[in-house]
Amino acid sequence: MDFNFIQKFLPMYAEAARLTLIIGVIGIALSVFIGLMCALVKYYRVPVARQIASAYIELSRNTPLIVQLFFLYFGLPKAGIVWSSEACGIIGLAFLGGSYMAESFLGGLRSVGRIQIESAESLGFRRLQTMRYIVVPQAATVSVPAICANVIFLLKETSVFSAVSLADLMYVAKDLIGMYYNTWEALLMLVAAYLVLILPISIVFTILERRLRRARN
Amino acid sequence: MSEHIIDINGLVKHFGDNAVIDGISLSVSKGEVVVLIGPSGCGKSTLLRCLNGLEPIQGGTVTLHGEPVIHGDKSLYRIRQKIGMVFQSYDLFPHLTVLKNITLSPIKVQKRDKAEVEAKARELLERVGLSDKADSYPSELSGGQKQRVAICRSLIMNPEIMLLDEITAALDPEMVHEVLNVVLDLAKNGTTMMIVTHEMAFAEAVADRIIFMDGGVIVEEGKPSEFFKNPKTERAQRFLKTFTYTK
Repeated sequence: MDFNFIQKFLPMYAEAARLTLIIGVIGIALSVFIGLMCALVKYYRVPVARQIASAYIELSRNTPLIVQLFFLYFGLPKAGIVWSSEACGIIGLAFLGGSYMAESFLGGLRSVGRIQIESAESLGFRRLQTMRYIVVPQAATVSVPAICANVIFLLKETSVFSAVSLADLMYVAKDLIGMYYNTWEALLMLVAAYLVLILPISIVFTILERRLRRARN
Repeated sequence: MSEHIIDINGLVKHFGDNAVIDGISLSVSKGEVVVLIGPSGCGKSTLLRCLNGLEPIQGGTVTLHGEPVIHGDKSLYRIRQKIGMVFQSYDLFPHLTVLKNITLSPIKVQKRDKAEVEAKARELLERVGLSDKADSYPSELSGGQKQRVAICRSLIMNPEIMLLDEITAALDPEMVHEVLNVVLDLAKNGTTMMIVTHEMAFAEAVADRIIFMDGGVIVEEGKPSEFFKNPKTERAQRFLKTFTYTK
């Protein structure tokens, strides 16, 4: 084990981890927004928008992220649309994550029985009030665990960003292996970096899920 | 003539080609208890659902104090505060305590003072024998207790009429008794009610007027003493016979 190598290139990994985290957070935040919008138009059966959301969800869920990134980074410039690799990473992640988030939100919303909504309406609640006080708190117990799983899945998916020349963790590891052949050290640092990024989030989500389960019971 | 709370005029409700309610007209006066009985699928529950706008109707009118009840209309939010509805399946909000189940709508919908509403909720819980359950969650209650809480939740809105849709259908016999006693108490205190039930003894005890429905129409109506002793129509006689057993 070459500790000098690890010490020398640790700051590069830290910088790449920072970039991965920033792009991951922005992409995931956008995917939550897109997912929520899609779930709402499907839940309320908004004409036209509902069909568009369904088509988007099928397209997004049934194509790999790397293909979506290639399309954004190499395909769109042919049509005169040029985006930086960071922008492609964020848009790609939001495009993929939005569909998974939509299904998670929708699953929660649909788990709340029709009778709950009718009861609230019978008491004079308006549609938004019914959503806020009755549907969302109940839907959350179903949606939140699925959303947490999506967040971790999407953070891991960022490992394909290097395919569009984004200097993320994977990119740095591949670069160092190519230049110095310190495969073992480079991969070890890669695993450690992802663990440092994802493990704390995973632990927080596990605690959150446990609390929700207790609340539901 | 006493004041009408609800007027139904020529009400028609279809599910596809099937006319579930086929031109029903009736009025309910203040303080009156009207009990709807009839075979399953005859349109009793649908009629109640039409009265607070839960179902779109295809013909006729429903009015509360002369104001039309229209499915999907903006005025419905205001009108529904005057119509209490209790369903068969308890339908309490599982994520809220008993007290919050009762107080949420008067606080959020009617914008009433929280302290006043909570005091009133505790008073209602005391009245239905559940004062020790204010901080329990619905999952910790029996079916009968849940249904009594659901009644309190409607009563706290100070409705002008209560619609009770087979509220004991999912309960075992002992719990039926505790819930129906609460309803009898409401009737004694002059609460206007429309009740759908299959409990004939209860119907006879609580009703001022019995309405017997079949095939989406009113087949017979009258005072409970007359209806249960001497039903006029052959259809009502046949229906009531199904509740008696001889060896």
